[in-house]
Amino acid sequence: MIRFSALVGRELRLVWRQPGEAATAVLFFILAVILFPLGIGPEPALLARLAAGLLWVAALLAALLSLDRLFREDHEDGSLELLLLSPVAPELVVGAKSVAHWLTTGLPLIGAAPLIGALLDFDPTGGAALAAAMVLGTPTISLIGAMGAAMTLGARTSGVLLSLLVLPLLIPVLIFGAGAVQAALAGAAPRQPLLFLAALLAAAAVIAPWAAGVAVRQAMD
Amino acid sequence: MTGAAAAANYAAKRPGARETVSTRRDPVTGLHRFANPGRFLRLADAVQPWTTAAAVLLIGAGLAGGLLLSPPDYQQGDAVRIMYVHVPSAWMAMGIYLAMALASAAGLIWRHALAHVAAAAAAPIGACFTVVCLATGMLWGKPIWGAWWVWDARLTSVLVLMFLYLGFMALAKAFDTTSRGDRAAALLAVAGAVNLPVIKYSVDWWNTLHQPSSITLTSAPSIHVSMLVPLLATAAGAACLFLSLLAVRVRAELLARRLRTLRLAEAHGEPGRG
Repeated sequence: MIRFSALVGRELRLVWRQPGEAATAVLFFILAVILFPLGIGPEPALLARLAAGLLWVAALLAALLSLDRLFREDHEDGSLELLLLSPVAPELVVGAKSVAHWLTTGLPLIGAAPLIGALLDFDPTGGAALAAAMVLGTPTISLIGAMGAAMTLGARTSGVLLSLLVLPLLIPVLIFGAGAVQAALAGAAPRQPLLFLAALLAAAAVIAPWAAGVAVRQAMD
Repeated sequence: MTGAAAAANYAAKRPGARETVSTRRDPVTGLHRFANPGRFLRLADAVQPWTTAAAVLLIGAGLAGGLLLSPPDYQQGDAVRIMYVHVPSAWMAMGIYLAMALASAAGLIWRHALAHVAAAAAAPIGACFTVVCLATGMLWGKPIWGAWWVWDARLTSVLVLMFLYLGFMALAKAFDTTSRGDRAAALLAVAGAVNLPVIKYSVDWWNTLHQPSSITLTSAPSIHVSMLVPLLATAAGAACLFLSLLAVRVRAELLARRLRTLRLAEAHGEPGRG
């Protein structure tokens, strides 16, 4: 556990020293959402209806943007190899990287969501459901994304390939994330979609670090 | 074989070990024997003419029975006949993915190169069956549901299956070394297998527009025997077709890899060893 938090701390320090890179994802998130009112027209009623879905799609794409970097720099300068040679299990290394990715991407996205919601005329009655769904959904994005990033480590076209691998696997998060908000806006309890999101998170927390650990070891061979 | 010899040697050194030698399973017996590419190809060569003939006969008879002889559905009319292509390709799309995931797991666990070759050879066939399944489903959906596509759980999860096939194929080809691509793609195939139960049970878990299955292993089928027989015939024919195509593709893939090795050896200025 101490090693795990040390690894997370290392990742956070690395991001902290390059604050511009972490801010890129949030800026992309805001920009991507701003494009939609300009593209589909600024009618408040229409935007309010689309807001939940747009937020989720933009959050997915923003998280993908920073995933490509997750292992690549450590792979190129050799520190990933050192981490794997250390007594820490590879699953723990990729788990720490997923946690750090969520702290530096998922958490800022959740923080930026109210601002975006205001821009899209989002109905505040769905706010609690959106917050709960994002808290449960964005860690799954980081976990599954880390798995994809580990699989494409060293590939020729890793960026495009990563999206091709990860986006289909993240469709359930999008469905239930948007579904929770829709249910809350319709006046129903968003319990069922939120429980599905929690189940997805639990499954991803078990499967993704294992698969990513195997993939990272393969990349070292 | 050397492993077996070493094991026998080791067992013989231990006192009273004769029994162990005689009862010990040779590690290369069982299914692992077919991990030898040469042996696999001889088997594939022997089986392929039979599976090809069976595929032609079964698909021909099934389609004749389904398209000409079987009665139209009391609700759907003649549109029901799309089922004789749609359902077998859906079964094959899922079955081939399962086979691919199992072969990938075997490749990851026992490091049989042939298992990766088989998984890579199966992926495009499975992707084709998925395309046929989706296309026939859309053709059927337009007259019956009134829409080419609806976003229900069954359709969405099959679409995800399609992307898993495509991702597998892209990932396997994305690396400079074949073995790295093989194993990364194998990992994706194993992790993506969580989608299979979602497809299977999507019609039960969610209230979907797609109807639940009429044929299960545990209870009597809810469709009439005049429709069931042609359906099962085309399904068996599709499975035979898969085996034939798999044999061809595995042979081609093995030859392509050998060619690649020979070319690399030639480029390095060494005499090529076949």
